[in-house]
Amino acid sequence: MKTLKIEDLSKNFGSTEVLRKINLEIDEGNFLVLLGPSGCGKSTLLNIIAGLETINEGNVFIDDYNVSKVEPKDRNIAMVFQSYALYPSMNVRENMIFGLKQAKTSKEKIEQQLEKVSKFLQVDQLLERKPSQLSGGQRQRVAIGRALVREPRIFLFDEPLSNLDAKLRVEMRREIKKLHQQLKTTVVYVTHDQTEAMSLGTRIAIMNHGVIQQNDTPENIYNKPSNTFVADFIGSPSMNLIKGSLKESSGEISFTANGSNFEIPVKGYEFKDKSNLNNKEVFFGIRPEHIYFKKSNESDFEVTLRADLSEYIGHEQIMTFDYANQEILAKFPSTIKIELAKETKLYFDLTQTSLFDAQTEERI
Amino acid sequence: MQDKLKSSSYQQLEQKSKYTNMFLRWFLYFVLILFASYFIFPLYVMVVTSLKTMEEIRQGTLLSWPSGLNFESWAVAWGGRGYGAGDTFLRPYFWNSIKMVVPAVFFSTLIGAMTGYVLTKWRFKGDSWVFLFLLFGCFIPFQAILLPMARTLGALGISNSIVGLVLVHTVYGIPFTTLFFRNYYVSVPTELVKAARIDGAGFFKIFFKILLPISAPIIVVTVIWQFTQIWNDFLFGSTFSFGEAAPIQVALNNMVLSSTSVKEYNVDMASAIIAGVPTLIVYVLAGKYFIRGLTSGAVKG
Repeated sequence: MKTLKIEDLSKNFGSTEVLRKINLEIDEGNFLVLLGPSGCGKSTLLNIIAGLETINEGNVFIDDYNVSKVEPKDRNIAMVFQSYALYPSMNVRENMIFGLKQAKTSKEKIEQQLEKVSKFLQVDQLLERKPSQLSGGQRQRVAIGRALVREPRIFLFDEPLSNLDAKLRVEMRREIKKLHQQLKTTVVYVTHDQTEAMSLGTRIAIMNHGVIQQNDTPENIYNKPSNTFVADFIGSPSMNLIKGSLKESSGEISFTANGSNFEIPVKGYEFKDKSNLNNKEVFFGIRPEHIYFKKSNESDFEVTLRADLSEYIGHEQIMTFDYANQEILAKFPSTIKIELAKETKLYFDLTQTSLFDAQTEERI
Repeated sequence: MQDKLKSSSYQQLEQKSKYTNMFLRWFLYFVLILFASYFIFPLYVMVVTSLKTMEEIRQGTLLSWPSGLNFESWAVAWGGRGYGAGDTFLRPYFWNSIKMVVPAVFFSTLIGAMTGYVLTKWRFKGDSWVFLFLLFGCFIPFQAILLPMARTLGALGISNSIVGLVLVHTVYGIPFTTLFFRNYYVSVPTELVKAARIDGAGFFKIFFKILLPISAPIIVVTVIWQFTQIWNDFLFGSTFSFGEAAPIQVALNNMVLSSTSVKEYNVDMASAIIAGVPTLIVYVLAGKYFIRGLTSGAVKG
């Protein structure tokens, strides 16, 4: 049984296609993050799961039960919004029990739930306050509390941290993580912040233009991006994509960047399909953090590149190098001194590379 | 540049700008006082005249102070002289106006709030057209609808009645009240409505429990606006009602214009003030919310 299952879901607003044939499944207790740039349809997808938007095609199942035409209140879900959406005219207590009251829950049960949740979230001292008298973090907590008291099957979070300042955001992120570890409820969480996605999710679904690009564990998303969009979207700075072609001679496969005169062996790379690789136009992907200043593995590949630009950002520095007229970025500890406009020896970690078809932009 | 200036020239400049500032300030006060008196002058004449006897009015000048606080003309304006036929006074018409203005303001505000709520939080296909046509209602000159409205009221059997006037004012208030509430609710985060829907609240529950309790500023604005419009209306009142059913503005007009004998300026002035006082009271009581409501932006949760 899947806690949440989405089947061939499509949605358009007028002539604009927002979601195209989305298929998604979540097992009990998982934390799924929907990640993507703004306008990719992730919030619409969340609203559809909640029942706040209608569906044009496809179905949504919660616990194998088709809820596509079920009212939000009957879907056994709870949602936390970006603006918290606490009812301004009600105090914290009324805010938290509003849903239970609508559901005609018994008074004892309401009191019991309220006490349990407000203690758990440490808002039991704030029950008589109005939302306007709370700080950002407290509001956030009350909003989560309002979702918790209903004991839903699935929690939906719509960018809940983006209204907080940087420091509080990191704190609340940890609290949400802790919350999930303790309660083990299924969560669907929408964000455009990749750090949030990486640190919270047990699975991440990366979306772009209404299509899920990759739905995988954070490790796989980072290490084995399924296409250039994911490779480019995840990581800061994003993955270097060097244009070039593959060459196959006597079983050895190597990569040559356009306009460059040396070959990089890629024999250790796990190809999905080993046929027709000779002369294939590809992008060679390597993350800035996998380019080293000192050789650390036997398999590291030595290149000599000219340093063009240095960006100092405290604990590290981002250097821009020229690789046969293509810019590539590398990340080093800021203690390393590299002279600009000089040829420098660098080492590519060949165990951490990705290769993408230049035409389809898919991983090969 | 500046450090090259000598300290003496600094002092000169300082002195000069001091005089300029002083002059501008006095000029400002002068203009303000001038304009203020221009506005207060008619009110002064009205109050002073209403406190004079006819003797005094005939002898004295317009601006002179009354000989004493003589409230007789106020009593006549409110309750008449008590000699039966032909004696027009404001009391019954004042209550007519109250009976008209209270339901008309209530219904037009409530309906406007609902329409604004639907147009912003329950969007439907073509809703912006509906809003556009409603807005159009704000710009239709009222004279243009007098005849069709008279026919409608006749067909409904409520012409020349307070109920008829309540209907007319409610209908013609809706474009304005909708505009006010729509613009207010646009700034209320729609997430509130979504949250309430997930919590299981329906259309009316969301309106009455979530939105209406945070609408106080705009309700005040709407009530003041509608109260002033309806209370001061003469056109609809004089067209759709006469005799017993007339609102106060119509009665005031009849009183002042139809007196056959000597013009009693003191009674006329007192009547005019009485007819204007309720709107003043509403402004004084709710005025500060009026500004606040007009300028209030987003409602933060």
